[in-house]
Amino acid sequence: MQRLTLTTALVTLALPAWAEGTLNIYNFGLYTPPDLIEKFEQTYGVDVTLTEYDSNETAMAKIEAGGHGFDIVVPSAAVVPIYIEKGLLLKSDPNQMENFANVDPAWVDVAWDAGRAYTVPWVWGTTGVMVNTDVYKGDINTTAIFLDPPEELKGKINVVPSMNDVIDMALWSVGGEACTTDKDMLKAARDKLVAAKPFWASIDYASFEKFINEDLQASVFWSGAAMRIRAENSGFAYGYPKEGFPLWQDNVAILADARNVENARLFLNFIMDPENAAMISNYTGYGNSITGSAAYMTADLLAAPEMTIPDSAAAAAHFQQTCPPEVQDLYTRIWTDLTK
Amino acid sequence: MDAETLAARADARRRWGLAAPAVAIITLFSILPLGVVLVYSFLAPGDFGNVRWQLSFEGWFSVLFERDIFDDTISLSDAHLTILGRSVALSLATTLITLVLGLPTAWFIATRPLHQRAFWLFLITIPFWTNLLVRTIAVQEMIRSEGVFNRLFLWLGLIDAPIQMMFTNFAVLVGMAYVFLPLMVLPVYSAIEKFDFRLAEAGYDLYASRAYCLRRVILPMVRPGIIAGSILVFVPSLGAYVTPRIMGGGKSMMLGNLIEMQFGQGRNWPLGAALSLTLTALVLAALIWYTRLTSGGRRNG
Repeated sequence: MQRLTLTTALVTLALPAWAEGTLNIYNFGLYTPPDLIEKFEQTYGVDVTLTEYDSNETAMAKIEAGGHGFDIVVPSAAVVPIYIEKGLLLKSDPNQMENFANVDPAWVDVAWDAGRAYTVPWVWGTTGVMVNTDVYKGDINTTAIFLDPPEELKGKINVVPSMNDVIDMALWSVGGEACTTDKDMLKAARDKLVAAKPFWASIDYASFEKFINEDLQASVFWSGAAMRIRAENSGFAYGYPKEGFPLWQDNVAILADARNVENARLFLNFIMDPENAAMISNYTGYGNSITGSAAYMTADLLAAPEMTIPDSAAAAAHFQQTCPPEVQDLYTRIWTDLTK
Repeated sequence: MDAETLAARADARRRWGLAAPAVAIITLFSILPLGVVLVYSFLAPGDFGNVRWQLSFEGWFSVLFERDIFDDTISLSDAHLTILGRSVALSLATTLITLVLGLPTAWFIATRPLHQRAFWLFLITIPFWTNLLVRTIAVQEMIRSEGVFNRLFLWLGLIDAPIQMMFTNFAVLVGMAYVFLPLMVLPVYSAIEKFDFRLAEAGYDLYASRAYCLRRVILPMVRPGIIAGSILVFVPSLGAYVTPRIMGGGKSMMLGNLIEMQFGQGRNWPLGAALSLTLTALVLAALIWYTRLTSGGRRNG
């Protein structure tokens, strides 16, 4: 009798673990709302493990190496075609899923995944400049913040080592285009970056604390990150450089070698629900692409200047693109010149 | 066949048998991967990372030379040489700092009574309990603009505005010296411990001054320890990655960071492989110099 009780207890304990299984998510750092994960776990009885990375390159290198055990990854639009070409993603047909009808039609037929056969939108945002306006009172809607810095900010500027974004911004500031093969433009962009570097404190994925504590006063940064810093230190404001700034989207996809494909599908469908998509926006400070999610967003978020591109800046937004290899090679050499 | 030959053969077999696991591990995890790196360094870069199976010397060419991005003239690669120079210079400086700080420390420990030494040595090994990354970030916390030192100096009235120490070569040097100090102290300690202090007494008896005794009696005796410590510090300093990245703020790379970039954002694996082998060659040169110095020392004297 006693033995029977013990067995029953063991079975009961073990039940949630083997009945519903697990899900391993691989996402950028500070990018996955804990309450979203909790809600997903409770709704489906799935045990979620989250692992974080700092850049698309880190993620791709790890996934290509194999044996990672991840089910879901969140690549940026510019690298999705590379993932697909390398056969790293499962064609999971999110467009057949129940909640797909919620996806804003503007984000369905996208260049990197036409019709959404592989990926579901996570969030979209921009890369711009963030400045402590208590320190610098001038115009912040310009790349001059880091390319030709005002006296007040010199030595207090960070640049995220997002190579393509930074070089693109330098190219636009000298009148060129992203991924250009025009060597005069590339030369002008390089010279401008090299001339500005002495005024930068770091080229780093700086932690939010460095800005909140005002160790650093300005940065090339992502819109949502800027919003989260403003919540802690109201001096900071986000600027949309009029010369040009990148617009991007990160996308959720199931990996070709995922072990928990069914749970991963559940997750993709789950985040296309307006209420859940709003949780992602509330946490990250970025807009999502799910219609109806605004109803669940916080008032602060809806009013945030970081999330809505002002009409005056709309023309300067350029969607991030994947440069051809020969251009990428030139970008790398410019970057090496810059960080030597 | 006589018994002696048989015994000799059995002995040789046993020796090989005992060495086999080590040889297997070195072959599998050191020589084979190095072979892969060597092969990759002679291939062409793939479009999005990885390699294309096509013979190319471009990777090796780019280690020291560059075609100007804009007019295709060939010149020495200023960027790579600067990074190489910085790596060697910072590593030498780190070695010197750890030696200056480590030698007196080792001397202090070795001259304690026997039963106390274990305790002092134990203190030296404490930093190894914590991850390198955590230790580096702790140093960063000390020297950043709003960090412990700047606040203390401001409070004492020594300075009016925070000194910018973070994200400079100085910061990288502080970080590396701190991280590698135990690697200098331990070998130097073991050399001093073996030193027969009666020799120093004999020196004094013969009217040697303290400085002369240190220079002509003590230092030559502990030299192997100093050289071993220097190598142990210099070699990992050359390939340091975490410390320059965190303390240097990513603004000025060292070799390790340059290599990482080729495998990451740069998508140029052959160049990364060639740079890795260049680093290996530098380390090898340092080690050969070390063997010369320790084994051939008598001839000079």
